[in-house]
Amino acid sequence: MYSRAYKAAVAIPPLLWVALFLLLPYALLFTYSFWRVSPLQTIVHQWNLDNYRELLRNPMYRDVLFRSMKIAGAVTGLALLLGYPVAYYLSFHASTRKHLLYQLVIIPLWVSYLVRAYAWKTILGSDGVLNTLLAYFHLIRHPVGSLLYSPFAVVLTLTHIYTPFAFLPIYAALEHIPRHLVEASHDLGATPARTFWKVILPLSLPGVLAGATFAFVLSLGDFLAPLLLGGPSGIMISNVVVSLFGAAYDWPLGAAISLCMLLLVVGLISLVQWLEKKWSFA
Amino acid sequence: MNVTTALLEVRSVSKHFGSVAVLRHVSLDVAEAEFLTILGASGSGKTTLLRLIAGFEYPDAGEIWMGGERLDGLPPYRRRVNTVFQHYALFPHLSVFENVAYGLRVQRAAKSEIPARVDEALAMVKMSEFAARAPAQLSGGQQQRVALARALVNRPQMLLLDEPLSALDAALRREMQVELKSLQREVGISFLFVTHDQEEAMALSDRIALLRAGELEQVATPREIYHRPATAYTAQFVGQTNLLRGQVENGFVQCGALAWRDETAPHSNGPATFSLRPESIRLVHSAVPGLPGEGNSSGARFTATIRRQVFGGATDLLEVACADGRTLLARIPSRGNLEGEHEFEFSASDAIQVKDEV
Repeated sequence: MYSRAYKAAVAIPPLLWVALFLLLPYALLFTYSFWRVSPLQTIVHQWNLDNYRELLRNPMYRDVLFRSMKIAGAVTGLALLLGYPVAYYLSFHASTRKHLLYQLVIIPLWVSYLVRAYAWKTILGSDGVLNTLLAYFHLIRHPVGSLLYSPFAVVLTLTHIYTPFAFLPIYAALEHIPRHLVEASHDLGATPARTFWKVILPLSLPGVLAGATFAFVLSLGDFLAPLLLGGPSGIMISNVVVSLFGAAYDWPLGAAISLCMLLLVVGLISLVQWLEKKWSFA
Repeated sequence: MNVTTALLEVRSVSKHFGSVAVLRHVSLDVAEAEFLTILGASGSGKTTLLRLIAGFEYPDAGEIWMGGERLDGLPPYRRRVNTVFQHYALFPHLSVFENVAYGLRVQRAAKSEIPARVDEALAMVKMSEFAARAPAQLSGGQQQRVALARALVNRPQMLLLDEPLSALDAALRREMQVELKSLQREVGISFLFVTHDQEEAMALSDRIALLRAGELEQVATPREIYHRPATAYTAQFVGQTNLLRGQVENGFVQCGALAWRDETAPHSNGPATFSLRPESIRLVHSAVPGLPGEGNSSGARFTATIRRQVFGGATDLLEVACADGRTLLARIPSRGNLEGEHEFEFSASDAIQVKDEV
């Protein structure tokens, strides 16, 4: 077996990584969230709960958080509705085109996030592709201004960006379903539709869950899409955190929000893991 | 076989995968309540033939009929056959009970009769006490029993079994063979059983259909296929045998150092191949003092040197070299160690002429 020294040598780099880039920042975040900013705009190392009280007291933070969750929920729903059929088709019916289609789904991930966000800006703007097209076909008289800088634009963009993340685990789960189970279902008299509802869908649920988690957590914490396309009504919680750590210079409050978000996400992931364990079958 | 009593008729079915011909003009009938085994080496097309009947594949040519209904265009869920898969294929997200109830539920059997029929099917395979378990909590043998119950509960006209015992260990496999056979007698439906194991085929089947490279080599009862193999391939695949290639001249066979008069059937003169089972060769005279030689009869008598002796319990398998250097296998009742030259014999009627394509 391996020697003690070897085991230690192998374990040290990842442990250092976790300590330096995960534990230390979280510890700092935790500490900052209990400090405060003085009237002179300096951070005072004075333990207090004011930041958390402010979060509970000021409805602005709660509203932005709820809006963020609503947007993330909508993105998750749309990503699943788009991702599942594509994954199902690829896994079960796209025999020879499988690899080509798979690449087509994955390729957007290679394109810079910013490029994709700006693309939607170009499409949705007042002089954008969509308005020009609609006007060309005389479907509208004046450009629709509410397309861009709205929660709608944010949901659309985030759905575009995070659907592949929902697609991948669903596709993996579908690929892992033994095909003889599908044959057994047909053999026992179940039509393809019954087989989907009674065998394929239940067995793919762990993948759906993983995909939904990706889409929800990633869009909940997103700040570029709301920044570029959200406008005032499309602000999300991460934009608030960014401004608190930036222009507003209230690191303690920003840290408190971040910590709350972290707890929310960790809670969500624990719930998902529990569900996954319940729904997975050896 | 009388065609009108056949439950299943496979008529000149062919199947290609790409440019590979997996099945070529296979015709086969299965009677009501018959246990028919499709025996073949891997790659012989036996599983493909079963999948064509189940409906998982469609033939390129030919027809499949069952009870007056043409099957080959129907999807699997419209066929009155059920399959037991090699790797059980139990639904992992359903309990044993729900696995067995699956076919009844999807075919909308009356809700009130489902529990009774599931219980009955589970009792038939002695799995009643496991109804609430998940498949992952069962051993391989138990899973295969549940798979059997899941298929039989639908009362199919025919049960298709795709090497159902091959994943089990040897002892369990023998036990399941016995149970499978008595289960088939009990339910009285046709079993179409696929295996590569010739002993299993002989133990279970009413008839064996031997498939070789996509074509049927011989279809006959186990005894017939063993004692009267039609071809050299059949003789070698089913049981052990000695293939004797020699010349026939006016009822007289000359095969190297072996020669015998064969009057059982009229053979045309010329080259011919004979199959001689090892147990047909008897030890005549022993050089070891105190051991009596065995009885003699008309046939061939020859002297050979013992090359190898493998103890097999009740019998010994001998590898002996004849005067012309030809090596033969002989199975004789177990006795002490044998060495050196001995005299052997076999009856002319035990040397079966077979078709030989070499």
